Parts: sequence; C-alpha cells; structure tokens
Amino acid sequence: MVAPVAPQDAAWAIASALPDPEIPALTIAELGILRGVEMINGVMTVTITPTYSGCPATEMIKADIETALRDAGFSAIAVRLTHSPAWTTDTLSAATLEKLRAEGIAPPRRGQPPHCPQCGSAQVEQIAHFGSTPCKSLWRCMACREPFDHFKCH
Amino acid sequence: MLRWVLAYADDALILGHRLSEWCSRAPSMEEDMALANLGLDLLGQARFLYSHAATLENAAQPERQRTEDDYAYRRDAPQFRNALLVEQPNGDFAVTMVRHLLYASFADLYWRASVTVNDPAIAAFAARSEKETAYHVRHATDWVIRLGDGTDESHRRAQEALEMLLPFADELFESAPDQAPLIAADAVVDPAGLRETYRRRIEQVCAQATLRLTWPSWHQTGGRHGRHGEHLGHLLAELQFLPRAYPGASW
Repeated sequence: MVAPVAPQDAAWAIASALPDPEIPALTIAELGILRGVEMINGVMTVTITPTYSGCPATEMIKADIETALRDAGFSAIAVRLTHSPAWTTDTLSAATLEKLRAEGIAPPRRGQPPHCPQCGSAQVEQIAHFGSTPCKSLWRCMACREPFDHFKCH
Repeated sequence: MLRWVLAYADDALILGHRLSEWCSRAPSMEEDMALANLGLDLLGQARFLYSHAATLENAAQPERQRTEDDYAYRRDAPQFRNALLVEQPNGDFAVTMVRHLLYASFADLYWRASVTVNDPAIAAFAARSEKETAYHVRHATDWVIRLGDGTDESHRRAQEALEMLLPFADELFESAPDQAPLIAADAVVDPAGLRETYRRRIEQVCAQATLRLTWPSWHQTGGRHGRHGEHLGHLLAELQFLPRAYPGASW
C-alpha cells in the first residue's frame, strides 16, 4: 500500500521542480531560493528568499509558484518573502555547482577567481563586474579565448 | 523610528532612480548593465525598507493602511528625507562614480554595523544589503581610481567631481535628537560613529587615484529635514508621473 502524500509534500514537490527564470538549468530549490512549504490555517504557504534585493526574477518566481500550485488543484496559496538568513552562494551543493559549469556558467569559488567552464583553465580575466543578471559577472578565458559568465560569490 | 527607516529608504530610491537615468546612455555596454544592476539593488533595498516602514506605521495607526507605493509615489519633495548627495544630478561619468563611492562607502559601513541591531527585520535586511553594497564600493572604487589615475582629462573631471561632491558627504553622518533614544536602545546605529572609518577609506581611494582631497570645514545639510535642492522636484516629477496621472494603475 502506498502512503498518501501529505499536501505540503505534494506542494513542495511541485515548487521545488520549478526552474529559475534566469538560469533554467537549475531549479529554485537547487539555487536555495525556495525556503519552505507549509500549510498555515488552510493556506499553502510557500516561503522564498530573493537572491539579490533588486533581482527582477523574484516577482516572476512568485507568479510561477502560484500558477503551478493552482494548476495542481491548490486554491488557497500564499507566497511570502523572507530575508533571513540572507541568500548566499555558500549553500549551493556540489551537484548544483557542476550543473552551472555544464551550462557554461563558471560556479562561484569563495575568495578565488573562477576557472573557465569550457576548458578548465585558470588563465582568466574579468571583463565586467556585471553580466546578464545581477548574480553574474562577465569574464574571458585567455587559454581558449571564450567569454563566459561567472556566478558571483555572494 | 519610522522617520529614520524612511530616510535610508529615500536614499536608496532616489539614487536608484538617478542610476536608472543612465540606462542606454552609459559609456559602454558593460557599464550600462552595471549601472542598471546597481540601481536595481538600490530599488530592491528601498522596497524592503518602505514595506517595513508601512508595517511600523500601520501597527501604530491601523486605519492608514499604508503600502510601499504610498511612500515612493504619494509624497512630495519636503516629505522626502534623503541626503542631498543622492539627488545631485548625474553630471558626467566621473560625477556619477564619485557620488556612488561617497554614498556606497557610507551604506556599506552603515548596513554592516546594523546587522546587530535589535529589530530583527532591519538586522536581516542589513545582512543582505551589506553584501550588495560591498560590491557597489568595489565597482565605484575601481572606476574612481581608473579615472583619477587615467588621462589628464579624466583626472581633471574626477578632481572636479570630488570637489563638487565632498561637501555633501558629512550629511550622511547626521542624526536628529529624536534618534538618540533609538541609538541608546540599539534599535538603530549612530552614523556619527562611522565617520572616521569612512574618511580613512575615501582618503585611501583618493590617494590611489592621485586625487587631492581636503575635507571641507562645512557641509551641505537639510535633506534629512525635508529641505531639498531644486533637483529633487524634477526627479520626482518623472518618478511619480504615472501613478499621479493614473491613480490606482497597476500592471
């Protein structure tokens, strides 16, 4: 016999599978944006934390969660923001870092410059402090000459 | 308390709006992205602080039902409490970068010191913001050094920007008598205690940038009391146009 799935577990399974709008190769759970799913007074309450204060994707993530849960039959849904503890790249798992690299985005290395995600070289230089999103900066590899995004340490 | 949350929220909103004015006009594509991202950080910080202000005000007077938009869009210039530094026009790129160095160096110290205040919402916000402002300081520092220690022309412009903006720096360290009990209760940080560290930091950057720095013996003041220059009214006219012309409009 299969044990029935608790509603918050079902909701977690749905929310945690949602891709990040800016980096669709990763889910919002893998990025540490999804903080919790719980039933509070009959309302399925999803807690997320923004990566950067001004990250424009936060609103979209909120809307994506609401849509996905509504499609799954949940009617009373709330998405709330938490700022504590602050989001950090330190909690990204080794598997998530490898997914980033495979996507061509050099993963964060605390206190150290990135390696080229294409050829692995350490001969890299920064082109710009900011890349295509607030969480990335722009670099180039001096070995294979490819430019690449770097997921900044935060 | 509300007044001081609003003062720092206004700093972030007004400077964020100033940076957004560079959109599509920056000297390079990379810098266009950088200025937009810096502006977005400030806008996000302002939104959090305005929401927190609304929570404080609604708790005291539930009939008001304030939202973050009321503070950003439905107050006039004399009700804004931002420091005069952040409303100064963008000028050339040197002015924008020197202004950003002067603001971000303060914000970085202020939020870093605020991670231990006893308002848990502000402490959590501070922990998040100091990581962002540290990056702002790094970006502005790199540019001020590059411009100051660059060509004769860039040096001249950076020097002029520094001399024009330095009299605005000290206002960031002001507090009012009504803030004293909050400081004593560890609810907010006394900005005056950060001034010496701030000055040493700015002096170090200027030395590296080969810029002459003399702290003025007087400073511009008034912003924290709602007395602003002519620039703020023009800025608000653009910032507030849509919700004023179409009240209640939403996406």
